[in-house]
Amino acid sequence: MTLDIHRIRQDFPILDQKIHGNTLVYLDNAATSQKPNSVIQAITEYYSKYNANIHRGVHKLSEDATLMYEESRQKIQRFIGAKKSQEIVFVRNTTEAINLVAFTWGQQHIKAGDEILLTEMEHHSNMVPWQILAQDKGASLRYLPISPEGELIVDDLDVLLTEKTRLLAITQMSNVLGTINPIKEIVNKAHSIGAKVLVDGAQSVPHMPVDVQELNCDFLAFSGHKMLGPTGIGVLYAKEEILQEMPPYQGGGDMIRDVTWEASTWNDLPWKFEAGTPNIADVIGLGRAVDYLNALGMEQVLAYEHELAKYAINQLEDIEGLTIYGPMDKPRGGLISFTLDGIHPHDIASILDQQGIAIRAGHHCAQPLTEKLGAIATARASFYIYTTKDEINQLCDSILLAKKVFHL
Amino acid sequence: MSMDLYRELILEHYQYPRNMGDLKDPDIHHHDKNPLCGDQVGIGVKLDENKVVDIKFRGQGCAISQASTSILTEKAKGMTVEQLKALTKDDIQEWLGVPLSPTRLKCALLPLTVLQAGIYKKEEENPS
Ligand SMILES: Cc1ncc(COP(=O)(O)O)c(C=O)c1O
Repeated sequence: MTLDIHRIRQDFPILDQKIHGNTLVYLDNAATSQKPNSVIQAITEYYSKYNANIHRGVHKLSEDATLMYEESRQKIQRFIGAKKSQEIVFVRNTTEAINLVAFTWGQQHIKAGDEILLTEMEHHSNMVPWQILAQDKGASLRYLPISPEGELIVDDLDVLLTEKTRLLAITQMSNVLGTINPIKEIVNKAHSIGAKVLVDGAQSVPHMPVDVQELNCDFLAFSGHKMLGPTGIGVLYAKEEILQEMPPYQGGGDMIRDVTWEASTWNDLPWKFEAGTPNIADVIGLGRAVDYLNALGMEQVLAYEHELAKYAINQLEDIEGLTIYGPMDKPRGGLISFTLDGIHPHDIASILDQQGIAIRAGHHCAQPLTEKLGAIATARASFYIYTTKDEINQLCDSILLAKKVFHL
Repeated sequence: MSMDLYRELILEHYQYPRNMGDLKDPDIHHHDKNPLCGDQVGIGVKLDENKVVDIKFRGQGCAISQASTSILTEKAKGMTVEQLKALTKDDIQEWLGVPLSPTRLKCALLPLTVLQAGIYKKEEENPS
């Protein structure tokens, strides 16, 4: 079964509008995705029909809200193949999920002289929390390098993984290069020397099947807003035994079992990590987004994005002066970063905006990587389930127009 | 279709910037970047009796930030330090002559921010 893109597009009300007089072409999905009607409705429905605090009330509305909230957790558990719903912790976004691990597990396990291994293609949100932790503890950071083709040099793990390595934190899909990393193989190597592995799934979970038991990763972080869900809601998955051992992140209501004047004991998983009233509406919205993706099938989503990426590379390659970053002839995520001789990425983005085409320009929160690529910034077009080949053609036409505007 | 943002004046200054280069022993010198997008500008100024007699810049970035820098260096020549300090975003907008969105305005204002920061830095170092 292939995706019916025309039908899918009708589920996304935002796509039906003009920007500067042109029909919107939204190619900034790696930054955030658009939301289908069902997600928007789920949020409205919660606020208009059963808005109540959860886990606390005995009244009907509170029971309904609690049920929906916990049902979302189970949907997400199944979506990423987790063993138990207790392993799903709701946070604000990928960034908060990673910080949660750094400030709890990291505080407990990282000591002076230890090493944290990252890769050269990490987003700032999977670098900065570890920099803060390493500075605090006197630990050091190492980086698994990338090849000129934009792929991890996996063989270097043999040198970089040492008895000092406590943690490997790695993205499953690069938000700049589109590279899909061989996580399973990498997890095996890291585990063989006793290191834990945190996977940044911000770009992978929305766009491909991800099964945490198959990957055997210890932590997985991702954001709802990049996978058709609302902003302000994200997920931390961690293996149950690890979550059990971890100290709480924040103290307050909901996360406690018993409180005396002096001390408290912690609630069961996952609520131990969900202090205070959570983002109920958006958890429910995210559950609905997962329903939407399940109905399409993540295998289909991935296959379609591979196809779009291949098509886009073929079209863009023909443009003189255009450089594409990342793997060129391997299946890659549906995003393309590029530069154009003589026009700065911001100017490309401005000219495309005039045509109604939304792309991103800058260092994409991966400043060291962008510099390593030899660019000060890149332009990035990123696709999703509602992107059409015709939109990619429009992207190419508008890039040619930009060259004309700049007399190139 | 509106490509006003890239009117000839801006493209011309971007592709053939004025006053690009370095000054020996500048009286004012400052360098900064826009952390959001990485546009960079460094400006050096030579003064005589508090008036700009020479000004040079080095930069990297989008057409708006670089053209704005080039234009600013042209206009700054002959101005007094007080006149430079009094320049505002309205002056830059008027010189560029194009409507700018809030994000692109940041690009356009980078050189003025750098120049004025350089002046304040100098004044702090040698309070008169
Ligand atoms: C690979 C990667 N990691 C982390 C993030 C951070 O996500 P968020 O801003 O939702 O926390 C992003 C998105 O910006 C990303 O692409």
